[in-house]
This record gives sequence, structure tokens and C-alpha cells, in this order.
Amino acid sequence: MSVRMKKAWQELTAANVAALGGELGIYQIADENEHVFRIGFAGGRSLFGLRGELLKALEEHRGRRTFFRVEINCQYMSRYEELLMVHMADYGSLPAGNALEGNRKIGRLSIG
Amino acid sequence: MDFAMTDEQRLIVEQVRRFVREEVAPLEDKLDPDESRLGPDDYARLVAKVKDMGLHGLGVPPEYGGPDIDTVTMTLIAIEISQHRAGLYSPCYGSFGGAGLAHLYEASEDLKKRYLYPTLNGEKHGFFGLTEPSGGSDPARAIQTRAVKDGDDWVINGAKIFISGADKAEYGIVFARTDAGKGRNGITCFIVDTDTPGFHVRRVVHTLRSAYYATELQFENMHVPSANVLGEVNKGFAIANDRLSRQRIPYAASCIGIAIKAQAMCVEYAKLRETFGAPLATRQAVQWMVVDNEIDIRTARWATLDAACKADRGEPFRTEAAMAKLLSTEGASRVVDRAIQIHGGYGVTKDLPLERWYREMRIRRIGEGPSEVQRLVMARDLFGASL
Repeated sequence: MSVRMKKAWQELTAANVAALGGELGIYQIADENEHVFRIGFAGGRSLFGLRGELLKALEEHRGRRTFFRVEINCQYMSRYEELLMVHMADYGSLPAGNALEGNRKIGRLSIG
Repeated sequence: MDFAMTDEQRLIVEQVRRFVREEVAPLEDKLDPDESRLGPDDYARLVAKVKDMGLHGLGVPPEYGGPDIDTVTMTLIAIEISQHRAGLYSPCYGSFGGAGLAHLYEASEDLKKRYLYPTLNGEKHGFFGLTEPSGGSDPARAIQTRAVKDGDDWVINGAKIFISGADKAEYGIVFARTDAGKGRNGITCFIVDTDTPGFHVRRVVHTLRSAYYATELQFENMHVPSANVLGEVNKGFAIANDRLSRQRIPYAASCIGIAIKAQAMCVEYAKLRETFGAPLATRQAVQWMVVDNEIDIRTARWATLDAACKADRGEPFRTEAAMAKLLSTEGASRVVDRAIQIHGGYGVTKDLPLERWYREMRIRRIGEGPSEVQRLVMARDLFGASL
């Protein structure tokens, strides 16, 4: 598994979200320039897993062209944490949509 | 031998049990089933209550501000505070505080000022860096990380794996080989600042635990001042070995706590759930599983308290601690497995904590020395130097 998510982006549309399964996992949401502004996960309390979480994102970003990609992963919490760490290593800050996570310490990675 | 609790121990256990039931467990209804952290407000509230109980800083010597509690009482508390969903690896979400890295109590005053006191007051966090890609069960031979003297510094090169908390720590205790020809007598313990050039957290190591991860570290020409040697040069293995023995008692206790909680769930569910017109509790197959659970729990509990008693009396307890670790991790694994069987399909869902405990308990049979190493430790004591 690559440290970075490398799957192709899909447009955040009702059709694309409906095609998702209800598994546990993590997701990224990006703008048209593929700048990630939100990292999230579908955990054990998510209704309909990744599909449910992305449906909520679809409602939240309606009217704005956005993209997403997902990764099915039972270790969704540590993978989520890892993606936050990678984002910090790449950009020096968390995605705007994860700003609240800044209240706690995020680990640091030396990504070569 | 009498394992009856004193009046004081009974009061403490009842108080802690109530705290877990009324303050900790309800919080988990809102958290992700794999969560190991609380929000800052809930955490602060729990810490304040633990301080009110006079139990904050378990394992911290009284002269450093910890409660004056013997090992047996601490073991009884450890059995209680693990009895909730996140309790195996995050008992009461860390609200009881902890001893930190116990070796620092033996450090020089300079090192205590720079690392121990800031750790005790929460300003700094440390990690323990022993295991390497070449192995963890036999550190005396497996350690390939090298430290070479260079003026007043040591230059460290090498790698560590399965290290918890290194990505967020301000410093760590790192073991490195300082004399290649001396086996276990050629290992030195260093305190390393994580902002030192050459210190790298190379990757997150994902495991069966979702909310917690380990890391892989790399040291590239990392300069560490001689003042940061913990203990004496070439005598670091004793420090590692001492930590491994001491850690086995609370490690065992938390497994017993999970097993007790799983067993309580079994008994309750078996009385309620009916199959073919009668409660599960009336079925001999289920009764025997519950009885086998109880045997595993009591065996592990007695062995663990025996180790704690010996530690309190100042007697050697290495064999007892190894036996406690083995019996509790293997026994609790069986208990959780049987609990899942009794709960059927619900047992493997995230609706119940059993599936989480099943995953995490599997790690416990490897962490802090696998069952095979515990047997090896006991065999060495039985056969003596001839082995």
C-alpha cells in the first residue's frame, strides 16, 4: 500500500456516490485542481459506510465542483491519521476541512 | 497464600469500578468503536476526577508525586480500568496518567530535568525504541543499530520498527550497539531528541489495532551528546531487560480486565438469548464455555497477583511475571474467542466490543515478548545457567 492515495479522482456526483459500497474506509475530497481540502473516514458508526459519508459530503458541497477518491480499509483510523501526517509533511498544514484536528498533536513523517 | 483484598484495596477497587461504569463507559456510546482518544474536555474531566480519587500518576513513585500504592493494589486497579471497549490499550483513555519511561527515574539529575520532570507534568512525551527489523525477542543479538563515539558525541545509524508514539514524541529512549564483539554487554541506552538532524519517522506501521499505529524509524548520522547516555556505556541491556520484566504485570492485568468484562457479557447474554425454546445458559455446550472462561480468568488472575506479591516483597519475580503474561494473554484470547461464539453473529459486529478485543488480544500474545519467549524465560530459570 502506498503512503499516498493514488487512485484516480472521481467527480462528486450522486451517480458516482451511489456506485460506492457500504464498506469501512477513508476518503479524500479535492477541488478542481486536485487540492485536497478534506480527509475523512467511514468508521464503525457510519451509516452505509463510505457511501453514507460521501453522500453527506455531496450535500455539503452541492453547487461546487468537487472530486473524491476512496480506499476500503479496516484500519481506517490509523490510515486516516497517516493521511493527515502525509498532508502535513507535504504542505505544512492540515486540509482546511480538517482544521478542527489541529487541536491535537498530529504525528510527523519524514517522507523521502 | 491469601489474595483477599484489604479494606482499603476493596474501597479503591469499588471506587474505580464505579468510575469506569459511570464516567468512562457511557462516553463510548458516542465514539467510533475503534477510538482510543477522548476530546479534550472529556479527557480533562476524567483526569480531574481521577485526581480527586488520589489515583493520578499510577506507577509514578510517591517522591515524584505519584500515589503511594503497592504493586498488588496497582494490579487490582489495572484489572478494573481496562474493563471498557478501549480499555486494553487505552485504559480509561489515559486519565490515570502513567509512570512514563521508568528508566528515567534512574537517570542523572541533568537528564531528569530535561526529560523526566517535563514528562511527568505532560510537557514532553517519550518513546521506547528497542525492536529492530532484525527482531525484537532477542534484543541482545538483534540490535544492529550502531553508535560510534565521535568526540563528545555519539553518532547513531540504524533503524527501529514497531515503535509506538515516536511520531509525536519529543524524545525517545534508543538502544544501540556500542561494542560489536560483546553481545548483550555491548549495548548502550541513549536519550534522543526527535528534532535531532538524522532522526526520521519513515512510515506508519498499520496493525490489527485501527486507532493505534506503530512507526518505523531511521537514524542517519544522528549525533547524540555523551551526556544523553542513560546509565553506563555498554550496560543498556540491563535497562531494557528490567523494563520488559516489570511491564509484564500490568500488561497481564489489562488482559484479565478484558476477559472479566467479556465473561460478564457472556453470562448476561446466555441468560437472555433463547434457542429452540430455552435460554443459552441451559445448554451444556454454552455452560462449559462459560466455565472454561472462568478457569482461564482465575488462573491468570492468581498468577498475576502472585507475581505482584513477589515484586512487593522484593523477591525475584521474573518467572512469575513471564507466567502471568503468558497465562493472561493466552487465557483472555480464549475467553474473548468463546464470547464471540456465544454471541453468534453479533459477536463479530462493531455493535459489540468483542471483535475489537479479539483483534487487539491477538497482538497481546506477541507484544512485550511472545508466549514462546515467556516459556524461554521460565525455562532458563528452571534449568539455570546450564541451558
